[in-house]
Amino acid sequence: MQKLLLLGDEAIAQGALDGGISGIYAYPGTPSTEITEYVQASNFAKENNIHSDWSVNEKTAMEAGLGMSYAGKRAMVCMKHVGLNVAADAFINSSITGVNGGLIVVSADDPSMHSSQNEQDSRFYGNFAMIPMLEPVNQQEAYEMAYYGYELSEKYKLPVLLRITTRLAHSRAGVETLEQKPQNDISLPSNLTQFVLLPSIARKQYKILLSNQASIEAASEESIFNKYIDGSDKKLGIITTGIAYNYLMENFQDKELKHPVLKIGQYPIPRKQVNKMLKECDKVLVIEEGYPVVEEMLKGYQEAGTPIIGRLDGTLPRDGELNPNLVANALGFETVLDGTIPELVKNRPPSMCVGCGHIDAYNALNEALIPYGVGRVFSDIGCYTLGALPPYNAVNSCVDMGASITMAKGAADAGMIGVVAVIGDSTFTHSGITGLIDCVSENTPVTIIISDNFTTGMTGGQDSKALGKIEDICEGVGVHPDHIRVFKPLKKNMEEMVQIMKEELEYNGVSVIIPRRQCVQTMKNKKLAEQLINLNLK
Amino acid sequence: MKTDIILAGVGGQGILSIAATIGMSALHNNLHLKQAEVHGMSQRGGAVQSNMRISDKPISSDLIPMGEADIILSVEPMESLRYLPYLKKGGWLVTNTTPFININNYPEIEEVLAEIKKQKNHISLDADSIAAEIGSKRSSNIVMLGAATPFFDISFESFEEGIRQIFARKGEDIINVNIQALRAGRDFTEKNR
Ligand SMILES: Cc1ncc(C[n+]2csc(CCOP(=O)(O)OP(=O)(O)O)c2C)c(N)n1
Ligand code: SF4
Repeated sequence: MQKLLLLGDEAIAQGALDGGISGIYAYPGTPSTEITEYVQASNFAKENNIHSDWSVNEKTAMEAGLGMSYAGKRAMVCMKHVGLNVAADAFINSSITGVNGGLIVVSADDPSMHSSQNEQDSRFYGNFAMIPMLEPVNQQEAYEMAYYGYELSEKYKLPVLLRITTRLAHSRAGVETLEQKPQNDISLPSNLTQFVLLPSIARKQYKILLSNQASIEAASEESIFNKYIDGSDKKLGIITTGIAYNYLMENFQDKELKHPVLKIGQYPIPRKQVNKMLKECDKVLVIEEGYPVVEEMLKGYQEAGTPIIGRLDGTLPRDGELNPNLVANALGFETVLDGTIPELVKNRPPSMCVGCGHIDAYNALNEALIPYGVGRVFSDIGCYTLGALPPYNAVNSCVDMGASITMAKGAADAGMIGVVAVIGDSTFTHSGITGLIDCVSENTPVTIIISDNFTTGMTGGQDSKALGKIEDICEGVGVHPDHIRVFKPLKKNMEEMVQIMKEELEYNGVSVIIPRRQCVQTMKNKKLAEQLINLNLK
Repeated sequence: MKTDIILAGVGGQGILSIAATIGMSALHNNLHLKQAEVHGMSQRGGAVQSNMRISDKPISSDLIPMGEADIILSVEPMESLRYLPYLKKGGWLVTNTTPFININNYPEIEEVLAEIKKQKNHISLDADSIAAEIGSKRSSNIVMLGAATPFFDISFESFEEGIRQIFARKGEDIINVNIQALRAGRDFTEKNR
């Protein structure tokens, strides 16, 4: 046994390594990125040939993980919450096929949207898929859940969803590790048709999933991750899930907690324990990070008619991340504050780095678009999204990865002229190529700017699967080579850049413009430098 | 014994290296530790903070409740003020005075410094100049950490040990200059508190 100081993300990675994974599949996304990066940096993983290269997007990651499981080995698939939307088709169907080797899907939610477009709660997907779900209270449990999650997965032959939130993902604490388990040997699934979801087979598989529900619920009743801590003051019972338990206990550092508490870490929620609380207590407070998932469920299936309070009735805020003070309020405790924020303190929003190539590209684009007027630039997700803020005010949308090209297409189809899409290189391979094919097949008049900085910048400079391939991809799917234009976005090239943009805006068909310059934050990356030299991009 | 610290700065200023050093020093003393970091979007030049909690007992929340921080340690003056609601009565505000100006409505620096001086318990120092004097501009973060060390229940030697471990791979010269920076920060506080 070893004690390590780990981020929640790293604890999960270490738990998976010790739990005997043969591969991890992921696309970067805050706050999940560090799970995969930890495995990539691990010597143990290298020595044992554990797969850890990035996938092109979350769907391909999910499918590759399922494939590894088919082959009998243990796999982990990681993503941020919105990544689960991308992977949803494969994810939901993986509960119907079931698994062979253990499969854990980690989805990292971001309540309060520190780095995201929304604060959706992955537990809905877990319920939707009807699979066991784990939600750790701290870094130690995060480790243990990744470690034991494989047994759970293999016991019920189902994928397991491990749900965390930003706070745990990016907080460090001491973690004690367990004994290293060996990897599984290759083996075929016992039923060679279970992965063939033809309707006739899918119907059978679905019945198996349904009949499994009672046993996975029974597993929750007995899980070490669910604890009923009885108390004498039954005027109020408290149910917490995941890290919400910590915010509760923070309020009882120097007071005794007399209310019964049900601490939930494994789902489906342990119905017997919940009903015991509902029967014995006058009122039940549900404290959970994210959406009121448990709270809504309880309202549905409780037997005793006990009032349930939480995020739905305003006892806790309906949106945003929890903290000890919000929980104190919910418990009726007062917080006395001494200091306030002086008025002169100004907001400091994130911004693009000084010297970033996206800035030059936007300056040229703004200039080239003057004759057309504002409001016609559809963008995407990445550092370049910050071009929506002053002083650039250069883009008008950011919805989901890949949506720039396709929304631009829809607007052009509607008759808008001078329509532009701005997308990054990594986002282009994640989900942009399919939309480009849509544009090409109808020769839609759109100007697509693929701002190529050789990396996945926003999430910290991970590999970009587009490296050295963008022109070939565009040409391959049918963009005319005359309308694939590359330049180096630098102030001194301004005139040339504006000229190229003007020409392509005028062209009545699909154009791709590639401003190409390395992200300044990756200058110290030796591996990338080598790749750039080999690809003649330096 | 329990020390709650809010580390503040701007994305890219490297407050995590301070956090890592405190973390090492705490581990060295077999203390419990929780450290909530900010990764992602705000690291691109936005306001960032890290909640660091050290205790001889197990720690519940990763986040410090409002009104309970013992120390706000900021590498940027305006950022030090953003977290005042977290500071407990009698807690210390320790801040660098060199502004990081990446917004066009940054307030007058004199006003910011005046606001800091209103705090009864404050230490404000020009860590960048002190670091430059030592000949290592990059060590201004460690100067700041040094300035906060007198307010911890951790011995100064443990912080030196923390520095040795964090910079172990960078060689003896880097270790020494950072220990010098740590001491310079501490000396400033000892003279001015
Ligand atoms: C479905 C989904 N997966 C992952 C993310 C996280 N994410 C946001 S931006 C980004 C990468 C953008 O890289 P690129 O397009 O190359 O632009 P850059 O940041 O380098 O400018 C990622 C992975 C997300 N928002 N949505
Ligand atoms: S990280 Fe790279 S891509 Fe992102 S803003 Fe900075 S220089 Fe630009």
